[in-house]
Amino acid sequence: MRWFWIDRFVEFVRDSHARTIKNVCFGEEPLDEYSHSLPHFPHSLMIEGMAQTGGLLVSEPEGFVRKTVLAKVSKATFYRTVGPGDRIELKAVLQDKQPSGAIVFGTITVDGEPVADLELSFAFLDESFGSSALFPPEDLLRTLRILRFYEVAVDKDGNKIDPPPHMLEAERNAAQVLRQAARS
Amino acid sequence: MSVNEEVFSKVQSALVDALGVDEEDVTPSATMVGDLGAESIDFLDIVFKLEKAFGIKIQTEDLFPKDILTEGSYVNDGKVNANGLAELKKRMPWADLNKFESNPRVQDFGDVLTVSDLCRYVQAKLS
Repeated sequence: MRWFWIDRFVEFVRDSHARTIKNVCFGEEPLDEYSHSLPHFPHSLMIEGMAQTGGLLVSEPEGFVRKTVLAKVSKATFYRTVGPGDRIELKAVLQDKQPSGAIVFGTITVDGEPVADLELSFAFLDESFGSSALFPPEDLLRTLRILRFYEVAVDKDGNKIDPPPHMLEAERNAAQVLRQAARS
Repeated sequence: MSVNEEVFSKVQSALVDALGVDEEDVTPSATMVGDLGAESIDFLDIVFKLEKAFGIKIQTEDLFPKDILTEGSYVNDGKVNANGLAELKKRMPWADLNKFESNPRVQDFGDVLTVSDLCRYVQAKLS
């Protein structure tokens, strides 16, 4: 099972906000065991989906090189459950960014109806947590492409955002290794 | 500098909201870490709520001068030296550092800040 609780980016404006969607499917694992009589998508995974949306929003401007982790769920108010067939829409809005972290407000809706209001704090980990990236850059880039991030991502002036050079280089290197392995 | 009642009230609300503590626990002498249980990440939340409540811009480093506490020329054997204390006083004139000064262990600095200190910091920013 992939630990991704968003399916696609539909809007991304650097240092401002991001919108993602998540289609809830009857066949997905979290609905099997969570509540037999009322299969619904767990609230905790919606928070994780917002953390993924917001985390990418706050770490993109520096080319995803900062180790960014969800540090605190300051507020999580849910108004209804979400079930199979629903399309969850998540909107993360950047509120504040400091050298140590960032605050994001999130709203979740289904068909325009409120599902949840969230307030999340993200921390930027310093070098004491090690120098290696939390995710290999080539893997993160592949995920961003699958999420169609670069199809919608723009800066505040509306200019298209491209993948940062270090991620493209990591992608090329990984492809080279694969090609060599296929030949041998 | 005495603490303005209106400032205290807004700081109290921000701390109740950010830390999930009861209003009566947020007294002027309460320490942020020891008494109110604030953790490092809470300071980001506190800063954000104070910025919103007072319409000011705050750097988290103002409240926790990590650069001084980790700089070799200001710290000897885990304790802030005289130069470091002088720098802390210069940087944080609104904080009561008397108790910390008597045994300035870096590891204890996190529990220096009180609610009153925070109020005086906000007042200094507002003025």
